[in-house]
Amino acid sequence: MNTGDTAWLLAASALVLFMTPGLAFFCGGLVRGRNAVSTIMYSFITMAVVSVVWVLWGYSLAFAPGGDFIGDLSQFALAGIAIDATWGTTGIPTLLFVTFQMMFAIITPALITGALVERFKFTTYIVFLVLWITFVYAPIAHWVWADTGWLFKMGVLDFAGGTVVHINAAVAALVGAMIIGKRHYPGLEPHNVPYVMLGAGVLWFGWFGFNGGSALAANGLAVSAFLSTNTAAAAGALAWGVLSQMRNGRMSAVGVATGAVAGLVAITPASGFVGIIGAIIIGIGAGAIGYFGVLLRPKLGLDDSLDVFAVHGLGGIWGALATGIFAMTAIGKVPGLLEGNPGQLGIQFVGVIATVLYSGIVSAIIFKVVDVIPGLGLRPSHSDEAQGLDITAHGERAYVQDGAD
Amino acid sequence: MLSIEAIVRPERVSEVAHALEEVGCKGFYYVNVTGQGQQRGVEVFVGRGGQMARRSAVPKTLIRAVVVDSMKDKAIAAIIAAARSEGAGEIGDGKIFVSPVLDAVRVRTGETGDAAV
Repeated sequence: MNTGDTAWLLAASALVLFMTPGLAFFCGGLVRGRNAVSTIMYSFITMAVVSVVWVLWGYSLAFAPGGDFIGDLSQFALAGIAIDATWGTTGIPTLLFVTFQMMFAIITPALITGALVERFKFTTYIVFLVLWITFVYAPIAHWVWADTGWLFKMGVLDFAGGTVVHINAAVAALVGAMIIGKRHYPGLEPHNVPYVMLGAGVLWFGWFGFNGGSALAANGLAVSAFLSTNTAAAAGALAWGVLSQMRNGRMSAVGVATGAVAGLVAITPASGFVGIIGAIIIGIGAGAIGYFGVLLRPKLGLDDSLDVFAVHGLGGIWGALATGIFAMTAIGKVPGLLEGNPGQLGIQFVGVIATVLYSGIVSAIIFKVVDVIPGLGLRPSHSDEAQGLDITAHGERAYVQDGAD
Repeated sequence: MLSIEAIVRPERVSEVAHALEEVGCKGFYYVNVTGQGQQRGVEVFVGRGGQMARRSAVPKTLIRAVVVDSMKDKAIAAIIAAARSEGAGEIGDGKIFVSPVLDAVRVRTGETGDAAV
């Protein structure tokens, strides 16, 4: 066991966990004030539900040997993992790998909720979470990151979860928004821009654990991933901000925050493989693609309320493919298109398509199943939606007038 | 008794409050409101910095005072002097509404009418 690596991964795990409340505030600021508690709660409850599912069977399904497609239940409740066992060829305890991976499993379904806010029945979401982690997240994590997974063996590069986390969540979000349908009372103007900025800042901060931690060691690769992560976030924020300034004459704060998130999404698969120029191009590309994706979305008549697909889907696909373009042997030991290895781009494409198809189909089935289970259903009543989910789902309000007790 | 409701620029609220006190009107309250007048609202971003939309969201402050009838002209003159922009004034300086009040009651003593104002 390497104590330096272990210390960094402990800290990185905590950083990744902190992204989920960051996401909660990012989304919470973007919705109407009467759905702020509800929106924050979708993310917060995910920390509780997925943590339990992960240690019981989620980790085992994702990382126990199993086959090409999925792990097995041999490590149910972490059975047989000794306290001083180390993970693979790394110097960190296997239990720490379990913990680090748990934080990824938590934030991924929380991302989905951005497309479903203000109208997704809360109790149904809890059941959805259990099913989705079991049947969508665990298999895809296995494909890409377990050494028995078929995409891993094919050589798909996904340093920190561009396919497993971002494309996966964004496609589930897209089909969820289609199946659940539009909000009856869409609030288009964010109710609390400072929350959005706070949330985006927390996400940026936590992402250092997400990408830097994915080196699974405290070494030069972790530092390189940390730096390219920060660089891509900055480039994405600038790209979105400049587009906003050029086209509307003012620089939207929410736009800059969203651009930073888009840059972070896109650098996620690439952070351990690309250099600093690659990081800048990936960040700028993510900001521009996300910006025009957000503009296009209302024209499609689709209520992906907080543009999960434009930011995480398009940004994630761009990042996954860009990894195949800009990968450098000197950084991640794998050459990309620019170093004369066009095949890598093709492999990346397979990873993207497989994730899109699997997540899209199985997520759609899960949404349909929870819709027909008696007592569940996808939507609260029309009047509950009108009154706001803070009161009707949680019996609490985000903003209480002083004295009104 | 009259109710005087003045919609003024938020940055003028301290001057207006001071001017009302100067002419002997010691009781009033104010609340921040949003709405629109001749400016037709404001433009705000919707859709992540990509699109803008017009909203009735010009920030203003509504000051309300209930005064005895004889105070009407002094109070209105005080509000105008404190709320009007320098020179000939500008669109957005606000508006004053005057309406009758049926009665007033002081909670502590039970006094009614002018004595309670």
